[in-house]
Amino acid sequence: MFETIKKLAGSFGVSGSEEQIREVIKNEIDGKVDEIKVDALGNLIAVKKGSGKKIMVAAHMDEIGVMATYIDEKGFIRFSNVGWVWQYFALGQRVMFKNGTAGAVFYEQKLKEIKDLKLSNMYIDIGAKSREETEKKVKIGDTACFVGDTVLAGNMVMSKALDDRGGCAVLVKTIQEMPDTDNEIYFVFTVQEELGLRGAKTSAFGIMPDIAIAIDVTDTGDTPECELMEVKCGGGPAIKIKDRSFIAHPEVRRLIENSAKEIGIPYQFEIMEQGGTDAGAIHVTGGGVPSGVISIPCRYVHSPVEMADITDIENCVKLLRQCLKGY
Amino acid sequence: MKNMKTPDILKDLTCSIAVSGHEELLARRLKEIFMEFCEEVWIDKFYNVVGKMTASADENGYIDGRKMKVLVMAHMDEIGLMVKSIDEKGFIRITSVGGVDPKILPAHEVIIHGTRDIPGIIGAKPPHLLKPAEANKSIKIEDLAVDTGICAEELKKVVSIGDLITLDFEFTELKNGKFSAKTVDNRSGVTALIEIMKELTGIKHGADVYFVASTQEETHLTGAIISSYAIEPDVAIVIDACHGNMPDTSKEETYALGKGPAVGIGPVLDRKMSQTVINVAKDENIPYQIDVEPSDTGTEAWATQVSRAGIPTVLLSIPVRYMHTAVETVHVDDIKNTGRLAARFIARLTRNMEVI
Amino acid sequence: MLLKNLTQINGVSGNEEKVREFIKKEIENVADEIKVDKVGNLIAYKKGTASKFKLLLSAHMDEVGFIVTGHSEDGLIKFRPVGGIDQRVLPGKRVVVGDKGLKGVIGCKPIHLQEKDERDKNIKIKSMYIDIGCDKRDEAEKLAGLGEYIAFDSKFTELGSDCIKAKALDDRVGCAIIMELLKQRYEFDLYASFTVQEEIGLRGSEVVGYQINPDIAIVIEGTTCSDVPGIKEHEYSTELGKGPVITVMDRTAYADKDVVNFIYDTARKYKIDVQFKKTTTGGNDAGKIQRSRCGVKVASISVPCRYIHSPSSVMSRKDYEGCIKLMEAVLKELENNTDYTLKILNGGNCNV
Repeated sequence: MFETIKKLAGSFGVSGSEEQIREVIKNEIDGKVDEIKVDALGNLIAVKKGSGKKIMVAAHMDEIGVMATYIDEKGFIRFSNVGWVWQYFALGQRVMFKNGTAGAVFYEQKLKEIKDLKLSNMYIDIGAKSREETEKKVKIGDTACFVGDTVLAGNMVMSKALDDRGGCAVLVKTIQEMPDTDNEIYFVFTVQEELGLRGAKTSAFGIMPDIAIAIDVTDTGDTPECELMEVKCGGGPAIKIKDRSFIAHPEVRRLIENSAKEIGIPYQFEIMEQGGTDAGAIHVTGGGVPSGVISIPCRYVHSPVEMADITDIENCVKLLRQCLKGY
Repeated sequence: MKNMKTPDILKDLTCSIAVSGHEELLARRLKEIFMEFCEEVWIDKFYNVVGKMTASADENGYIDGRKMKVLVMAHMDEIGLMVKSIDEKGFIRITSVGGVDPKILPAHEVIIHGTRDIPGIIGAKPPHLLKPAEANKSIKIEDLAVDTGICAEELKKVVSIGDLITLDFEFTELKNGKFSAKTVDNRSGVTALIEIMKELTGIKHGADVYFVASTQEETHLTGAIISSYAIEPDVAIVIDACHGNMPDTSKEETYALGKGPAVGIGPVLDRKMSQTVINVAKDENIPYQIDVEPSDTGTEAWATQVSRAGIPTVLLSIPVRYMHTAVETVHVDDIKNTGRLAARFIARLTRNMEVI
Repeated sequence: MLLKNLTQINGVSGNEEKVREFIKKEIENVADEIKVDKVGNLIAYKKGTASKFKLLLSAHMDEVGFIVTGHSEDGLIKFRPVGGIDQRVLPGKRVVVGDKGLKGVIGCKPIHLQEKDERDKNIKIKSMYIDIGCDKRDEAEKLAGLGEYIAFDSKFTELGSDCIKAKALDDRVGCAIIMELLKQRYEFDLYASFTVQEEIGLRGSEVVGYQINPDIAIVIEGTTCSDVPGIKEHEYSTELGKGPVITVMDRTAYADKDVVNFIYDTARKYKIDVQFKKTTTGGNDAGKIQRSRCGVKVASISVPCRYIHSPSSVMSRKDYEGCIKLMEAVLKELENNTDYTLKILNGGNCNV
């Protein structure tokens, strides 16, 4: 599991630039499904054919990052966020453009109060001495991801982009040991989730499944002086009750809960006050798709040091397999 | 239901619990009621209740060789609270489903819907322990907790995270035709749906009418998005609540109780049809008010207008005071007049096809 | 001049009829089919000589404005904005009220009568009113009833040697450009949509995307331009006179990279100056079209407009002409490179 996560999380795939991660995933699942396609927005759709129910399983392959918007005469790059980037997380971090160009994120020193820190008074330094030199490596509109190696810390994996390469890993592992079922399963690695659940919406429209399950990360309430939340790392997969994007469909929620009971893994319920997932877009597609979410409890979401428990992720695979068989 | 008086229908409906995303019970009740009037009734995957009243046989009303389809929608769901966490002393921490004003919550009696219903009180830090700065600030939902008097261990046997909590209430008759209860927003609208059905049994109409009691309006307009897509109507009529007149509110944003439904006018509503509704009201001597909406109306009209290739939409709103409390107040005549106006508008639609 | 005619018409979101009628008349002779859909979008179709794919060009007809929400006892009109309007620009401006086109002015308390703390604050729309000269409520109600639309009253004028000042450049400039492009026939099927209600939440384009289901959509816009004093250069969203603008990403859409590269390469080939939008805020119809049905490859090309959403937007004629040239070149190149275009579209198969 760790190796798979490392491979996926280490790949480049800022929202809107998912080409590289898409290839990596494609290679992982090649030959394991009946059909693989890429749609107009770039969603990767892997189909296991069957004559039973149509189930869509979604994990987004995009990650947050930054986009170059201006290059000054000394070669410094001004940037904008791609997805939700907190300026304080970005400060002092290293970013990497798709072509491998590394950059340091820092802020205008004249800034007196750190609370006035905004992305617009920060910049990226790629070590170039002039606009021309920078332009050879980076052009306006290019995106960069935050750098955060994938390492083990106890039973936890620490990395950038566990949101949602953790979910992608769950899908990849499920595909590699495909559950024995007659259901027709659409594994969708979606694009542009961080920009507003876009890929999930358009891919669901094309598939029109009977039900959908999204796999994504959720916040936790198990760190010092944090916001109240019942979800804990190591407490098992979290079954979503609601978030900002939707209320989980009771039928799918029950399917997930019953599946967890059947295989005897720990699980927990999740109410997430901020943020949404692909399921929010999928469930209002067409005449409605009952949807639910299996969440990976994850600390420090949208930072380069996201942390999640490996056993939780492994249990997500078991749980998903059971759901696909049991529906 | 056919012989029931309007306030009794309202009472019947307000007494059901149907917090957004959990409307199954009320859906079943509404299916029974709709079946008294409609040829076909079904509940979809998202618990929207759909009742179809077929067009009168000898009336005109064809579009592209088929009968015109009119969607009449009122949401049945209500806002509510949810169990977020249970602490070691048995206090229940809460979150909201839909737009709950935390200011109304302190000292409210509530019911926790666990494996069985449990009464509770919403408590907060007492005033004499508040610092002056705190005392002036509005209370936040995180500051509140539900007290059931039951210890954590016992409580956890019946209550789990995600269970619903609703505000306790009593259906109360006030003076001069006014009634107060929880979820008058929008059970008044659902009651109006039934009033329209009653009216339409006595009027000839050329269109097939699809009545929808929709779900999850208070959270994401989910029911409206799904059912307007599935039904694909030619015209949509949305019925919801608007703010009743109250002290300290602007006259441009509130509407008098008892003076008739407010007819919406604005960019997201179809101009010709809204005008037709007003003409019908004038011709039939039905009182009405005008509700100008510069953009999003805050109702399901936002979803219906842009469904598929677009659906011309009209909005009728019933004035309701004290919205999103357990004492929402409505005038029964406004519900009846909404029913009369909508029914006559539906009949007029197929007689006056050029407005489509 | 076409742009002059277009910007002089009033078409606040929800009340686009006059703009629609004007455009319809102008394009009647060049389009194969024209229809008005259920929410008021004007959609023109021009069959291609080879019809290998569907291209949609889209611009919105509506402009920001106001709507009548009430009347005072002494005959003044209360109003609320339709679309995003900066309340700072309103006091003391002229407006046109209702379908009858009544002249009016936006009034507020004069500075002499303002209390000290009022002077330091912006005047809120809620405390402004429109004076059309009525003395009594009855008269005002009769002349400008509830729900009547109100537009800015602003003439089209030349400014300096190259600039134009008008209201509603956002997005009559896009309408004008598409009307020019419609004059040619192309190899591919061309759809042109002139949409409604963009300013209140991209409403019209949502149903246009669903109805047309194009392979590629290009939205043509008047976009923000912030190259003004007090703004740092890296925060300029666009700059006046530097040519048409290509948007990579904004709040509502992420342009398809292949299409963006195609446009950029075309601009270089034809030696047309272009600029990239430097901010990722704001949004336009591309956002809804991108997400319609199974997804659509989109791009936005814009003309920079300073003081957008005000009665006095300013645009450079050079940028406008550059934008027409660029779009003509792009459409021509799309024809010349059908194979490449089809390759771009290879993933666009809707039915999985």
